Amino acid sequence: MDENQHPVKLSVHPSRGLVDEKFTVLVQNVPPGFQLTVHALHQCNSSHIWEAFGHYTADATGTVNVGEDPSLGGTYSGVEQMGLLWSLRPVPGSRPGLRMHKLNVQTPMEVTVSVFRGHQTEGFKDQGPLVSVVVERWYMAPGVCRIPVTEGGLTATLFLPPGPGPFPGILDLWGSEIQLLEYRAALLASHGFASLALDYMFHKMTSGKMVDYQYIEEAYRVLQQHPQVHSTRIAVLGFSLGTSVILNLTAYSEVVKPRCAVCISGSHVQPVDGSFNQVISFYEANQKKIRYNEKNEVICRDLVLPIPTDPKLKVDVGRIQCPLLLIAGEDDQSWPAHESAMDMKEMMERAGNSHLLTVLSYPNTGHLIEPPYGPHRATTIDHHRNVALWGGQMVPHCIAQEDAWKKTLVFLRENLHKTCAASVSKL
Amino acid sequence: MMQQRHKMNMQVAVRRLGSAGGVLSVCHGPKIHTVLRRLSAKAQSPRPILSVAPIRALVDEKFKVSVENLPPAAPVTVHSLHQSEDQDCWEAYGHYISDHRGTVSVSEDLSFGGTYSGKEPMGLLWSMRPVPGSRFGLRLRKMDVCAPMLVNITVFSGHEGFREHAPLASVVTERWHVAPGVQRVEVTIEGMRGTLFIPPGLGAFPGVIDIWGGGGGLPEYRAALLASHGYATMALENFALDDLKGKNLDLNYFEMALDKLKNHPQVISDRVGVVGLSLGAIFLLYLTAESPTFKPQCCISICGSNILSNDGTLNGFYNSMFRNINKSRLDENNSLIWQDVGLEMLCDPTSLVDVGKINCPLLLVSGTDDQSWPTPKFADLMAQMMRSAGKEHLVTTLAYPDAGHLIEPPFSPHFRATAFKVGGNNKKVIMLWGGHTKPHADAQEDSWTKILTFLKQHLYSSH
Repeated sequence: MDENQHPVKLSVHPSRGLVDEKFTVLVQNVPPGFQLTVHALHQCNSSHIWEAFGHYTADATGTVNVGEDPSLGGTYSGVEQMGLLWSLRPVPGSRPGLRMHKLNVQTPMEVTVSVFRGHQTEGFKDQGPLVSVVVERWYMAPGVCRIPVTEGGLTATLFLPPGPGPFPGILDLWGSEIQLLEYRAALLASHGFASLALDYMFHKMTSGKMVDYQYIEEAYRVLQQHPQVHSTRIAVLGFSLGTSVILNLTAYSEVVKPRCAVCISGSHVQPVDGSFNQVISFYEANQKKIRYNEKNEVICRDLVLPIPTDPKLKVDVGRIQCPLLLIAGEDDQSWPAHESAMDMKEMMERAGNSHLLTVLSYPNTGHLIEPPYGPHRATTIDHHRNVALWGGQMVPHCIAQEDAWKKTLVFLRENLHKTCAASVSKL
Repeated sequence: MMQQRHKMNMQVAVRRLGSAGGVLSVCHGPKIHTVLRRLSAKAQSPRPILSVAPIRALVDEKFKVSVENLPPAAPVTVHSLHQSEDQDCWEAYGHYISDHRGTVSVSEDLSFGGTYSGKEPMGLLWSMRPVPGSRFGLRLRKMDVCAPMLVNITVFSGHEGFREHAPLASVVTERWHVAPGVQRVEVTIEGMRGTLFIPPGLGAFPGVIDIWGGGGGLPEYRAALLASHGYATMALENFALDDLKGKNLDLNYFEMALDKLKNHPQVISDRVGVVGLSLGAIFLLYLTAESPTFKPQCCISICGSNILSNDGTLNGFYNSMFRNINKSRLDENNSLIWQDVGLEMLCDPTSLVDVGKINCPLLLVSGTDDQSWPTPKFADLMAQMMRSAGKEHLVTTLAYPDAGHLIEPPFSPHFRATAFKVGGNNKKVIMLWGGHTKPHADAQEDSWTKILTFLKQHLYSSH
């Protein structure tokens, strides 16, 4: 370190935050006008290294505040308080098509935030930074319990908030991921919801056949009957293929009667008479509609386009009796979420239940709408080496994630926590 | 009999909170399910939503506690509970009334009573006291700084008799002394223990030597916290007051420690300061003034005094301090007051260090209700000595009204009197440290901010 220079001070607050909490990154004690790079580095569970960085110029007091000062370049630009996280990307030389998933939610995501001299764009690992701190980002708040569930033949994980129950419950369904992703359910539990993350793909992976709807209904029942869950205050939340399941059950099931439903990046298009396996077969039968762009990236959205007029090929959302939140990215290349949302809106208007519907449709936003501040991936490569195009541009997609999550939490709180109009309960 | 009932009350209080699924034990098991199934059948009404942000924080960071989804104008009590490493339970609580939206914000609203009142965002921590039925004279100190302090925050309905009601909502919050990435390294110097805390990254960092008072041992928590603020900090084991008597050892160990820290590869050798409380401050003031080799960049004395050891040995300090031990007295609770023992020394210049010899910035922190030693008067005297030596620009005195002797990092509880070893044979008395809770808490918060800016000014910025 240059002996003539004062030691640089770097602080990130909070140093241990939940993944959906904002942080303040403050650099102090540099000369006024000093050019520096604020850099973030994260080593993912699969040992891949991701980085992000912004270029800054210190003000007259020798300070840079990432939340207030503009980044002049790097992996993000402008005033972006959380840019160091959402613009993370695999370092040069990494395997293409990586996706960042936190598999073990009981440990934090660790990010090293550093300050480098000058406006750098590469070679960070070969230089010593001026100063570094370590920041933890948690999916689980203290006191949240993680409970694997095998009751009723399920493969699921329940996350219970701390404190005296009972709590409102959420059944959380992902899409066609090959392993159970727990992080959204863990985060929802950190917000006071007893959340059950359900794995329904394992059967398809092993036997080629999808589980039936009774399996999902059983998960709903298990959640409802749990002594620390409010039996009448349960929501269902689905992403991608999970949306197909949620919409079907919410409209038709005698067992699944949620207080509200959240559907992200999905569609109501599916054959409604028949089993879930038949739904999968329907999608698979339409595989000829899959396109490849000039980069050989797979675009699946046409599988269910055009939106059919045949009522047997889409969930009758006019039957839904609870508030429904639809979240769609208008540049979703995997599912036509926006077109589906528009069609569902029309159906509900005709049926007279559109007062239950809220649509959040985000321009330039892709398929993978996840909890906020995670990096945007326009394409990923799966275990079969298929390159899937998810769509979306980084900045609007990340803005959409932040907004959608905030609104999802408000929606869930409003519908799961509010007092019944019929009675005013005294504490 | 009263003691028995108090003890039972304490057990009931802890069990009630524990069985409701919060607190510190693992939260599920068949018995708990039965209890909660009954609760579940009864309580289908919406729960209040309690949130604490940030849920994980350093001990000197503020948090915001809020409760939503209450009925409007509802009386509630927000309660905090912590089980210490010694298995004692500490609690605090404030009585609130929700607004028309059914919200309580501890940072914004007034507490109408409890262990604190008024608008006190951090009252749930600094006003903590042992739960009814606890042993007398307890002190709360974190000895394992690598694990967080867990505090349960719970909301109950009602004010008087709130403990009789089932808790409405509860969260667990973590309070840390170490930031992520801070390293803890055990060191030995001349057979004495020290612990070095190094901030994350390669460094090099400004450094701090940290010495506590005459209770002896090696509390690490302030050093860990300073490392979390970017200082490579070495906490040094100090001698217990009892151990000073008859010891011919000099303070060479502290001089060696400062040298060792300055020469550490991750420490900037000309940016090392020292901070001490009570006896630790006494040693630091002596060394900074008298030792030709002990040259810190800056010196912080918290409730210290410029006591001279005429032969430089520990025994010399003991003799100076306790020459007038017959002036010690007891208060109405039989707590020991040493204030007058120290007052006698102020009149005798032969027992005092001339701090006018100090050439580095000096910060003197004291509390005007210090009952164990007249530290504000010593601070005034030291400032006078510096003025006489033409070094007024180097000294800052902060004498906090109604604060006591144990001025610690912020938001920790106030201890007016605690058990303290004195007189050999492991005998403990109750020592009166002084201070009143609210002004003492204010002093801790303000002095810490000033300590951090003082260190930043002299160790991070130009000098």
